Amino acid sequence: MTKDVRTSPEDILKTAQALRWEFGGEVHEKMMAAIYAEAARIAARATTLPGEKQRFDLDRAIDRAVTSRRWGFPLMILLFALVFWITISGANAPSSWLSTLLIDTGLPALHGLAEQLGLPAWLDGLLIDGVYLATAWVVSVMLPPMAIFFPLFTLLEDFGYLPRVAFNLDNIFKKAGAHGKQSLSMMMGFGCNAAGMVATRIIDSPRERLIAMLTNNFALCNGRWPTQILIATIFIGALAPPYLAGFISALAVVGIAVLGVLLTFAVSWALSRTVLKGEASTFSLELPPYRPPRILQTLYTSLIDRTIYVLWRAVVFAAPAGAIIWLVANLNLAGQSLAVSVINFLNPLGILVGLNGIILLAYLIAIPANEIVIPTVLMLTVLLTGMEGEGVSVLIAAENASTLAILRAGGWTLLTAVNLMLFSLVHNPCSTTLYTMYKETGSLKWTAVTALLPLGLGFTITFIVAQVWRLVGGV
Amino acid sequence: MNPSPDPASCASCPVHNAANLLKLGVDMQDWDYVVALAGNPNTGKSTVFNALTGLRQHTGNWPGKTVARAEGGFVYGGKKYKLVDLPGTYSLLATSLDEEIARDFILFGQPDVTLVVVDATRLERNLNLVLQVLEITDRAIVCLNLMDEARRHQLQVDARRLARDLGVPVVATAARYRQGLDELLQAISEVASGKVTPKPRRLQNEPPELQRAVRTLVEHLETVFPGLPNARWVALRLLDGDERIIEAVRRGELRDLARVGETKAGGLAFNLEASR
Repeated sequence: MTKDVRTSPEDILKTAQALRWEFGGEVHEKMMAAIYAEAARIAARATTLPGEKQRFDLDRAIDRAVTSRRWGFPLMILLFALVFWITISGANAPSSWLSTLLIDTGLPALHGLAEQLGLPAWLDGLLIDGVYLATAWVVSVMLPPMAIFFPLFTLLEDFGYLPRVAFNLDNIFKKAGAHGKQSLSMMMGFGCNAAGMVATRIIDSPRERLIAMLTNNFALCNGRWPTQILIATIFIGALAPPYLAGFISALAVVGIAVLGVLLTFAVSWALSRTVLKGEASTFSLELPPYRPPRILQTLYTSLIDRTIYVLWRAVVFAAPAGAIIWLVANLNLAGQSLAVSVINFLNPLGILVGLNGIILLAYLIAIPANEIVIPTVLMLTVLLTGMEGEGVSVLIAAENASTLAILRAGGWTLLTAVNLMLFSLVHNPCSTTLYTMYKETGSLKWTAVTALLPLGLGFTITFIVAQVWRLVGGV
Repeated sequence: MNPSPDPASCASCPVHNAANLLKLGVDMQDWDYVVALAGNPNTGKSTVFNALTGLRQHTGNWPGKTVARAEGGFVYGGKKYKLVDLPGTYSLLATSLDEEIARDFILFGQPDVTLVVVDATRLERNLNLVLQVLEITDRAIVCLNLMDEARRHQLQVDARRLARDLGVPVVATAARYRQGLDELLQAISEVASGKVTPKPRRLQNEPPELQRAVRTLVEHLETVFPGLPNARWVALRLLDGDERIIEAVRRGELRDLARVGETKAGGLAFNLEASR
């Protein structure tokens, strides 16, 4: 090496390059070794371990159970079933209070007010039977289960249980050719798929990230939990004796969520063996210590962050959707209402896959937000089956018994209910999620795949279920 | 029992100001100082962020929660601070996007203070990151968080010993319970204003041949970029073949760092997208 000091940046790079050869790529290891040694030395000097011999460690004991090969999965399913059971059995009473207040009392009062103001009939229908009714319905159907479910879920998250779930699932993801971190983005997807899409940023390999994004929709999101819970309660739970009803409906919802996880594995596996071929990369997952959740703060933030946020979103989409529903049901084209035309057109396809035209139309209207599917179905059914003639206010109540009556009148069977739950799990994600996908990938092609892959799969699954069901002799 | 303190001496204590902490949420224009928030995942970094800014960024108990940067502001002692929450990482070697974002901000963003949040119950692993941060910047503070859990595990951590060994202020906190935040704010303001100048410990235990190579490069770097605050670290990165740093040397970005290092002009506007 010469003594004179060189002066240009390029020269520095040349010197560095020359010096690097001397170490043969071991700089990284040597540096890390130095850092680790120093960190260990400083940490040891600053820390005093408890003098006694290792005490019973609660964290380790819990971990041993919840991540055990034998008990990990059953415990997981049991815990989630418990959460849904609390949600389902707790939400009934407040739901019926709200519907009494908002619909049984509110609707006639508003109609009376409209009459006093002398509103024309069409405006009265559009604003009150459309906008107000849809909004009131969303609030009374969705608010109680969400106000119970989200805080419980957030408590589990804050306690530190969700990383253990990720830990349990990690190995399966790797076997499916996907990244283990996908278990984390999937967990986020259980809250909101759009958030789950963003969360896949933690996956560095573009291949594995795409797999995670394409399958995120199979994690049942906020907007779809209420649909599942409601349908499971009034159709599946009704099959069981009353004392078991809550538990059976909870199991049905867990079953759908587990099916979503299985589909995530299956589709990840298929993708990583076809269009997105490659090896899974490894990573280390840290199991954080359990922390006693701060209950009041968690309740507050989950109410603000999740419940109110989701409810607000639902209301924002429900109000215009209510107007659209009322319009398609009341605008006449060639002698029949627009809704009837569309539904008659969609009905053959709907019946083929064990659903019906109203449900398919509801899914079209609900593309912006999954939250409003059930309210849309109820409104369309009421408006189209002529039930309104008997006085909308009497029949339209979000109490479970009336909901069941409305749906039965709309021709619903147990098959419709089961297939609706399946279709709600497996169909195109909402427009927010699709937009997020587009923003994250910048690719129209992958955005289209995100929408069409689950939609196609959803039709396939419901079709098969419907055919088998009818063959076996169900209705 | 403590005798009741004289109110006058209370008001003159610097910590008294903490009562006047004004949380600004995301409203932060014309800040006086920029504070970067670094740390391993799951050390309560987001909790510290929320406690200082009054924002409620959701804090989840798992790694990888903070994917992008979050920013917030607060006013303390009459100065406006912008707080930038960096992704949680275990190292700054830029082997993943998270690490690159955190590293680039601490290096090129030139924050006035880099606050490293560490988990008191996992000190050794957390110090790996601290030592790497201290290689890049002098203006660092260690927030020894989760002291409540350390106590629960009957673990004693000596913050003063740690501060002496690291050469930077160390503040013990339990951010979940808002313990130690007053002292933390005080330390931030002292380092930001230059009242306290940390003299962080730099590693000296590398093998001799590596140290020789580093010395050679440092000499060259300091000639070309006088005032470069972290020549030793840049030299190590060059020896490791870090493309981003090689590019920074080539394009002369390091000259900007040197300038900021000399004038200590705070709050260099920094655009993350532009630097990537």
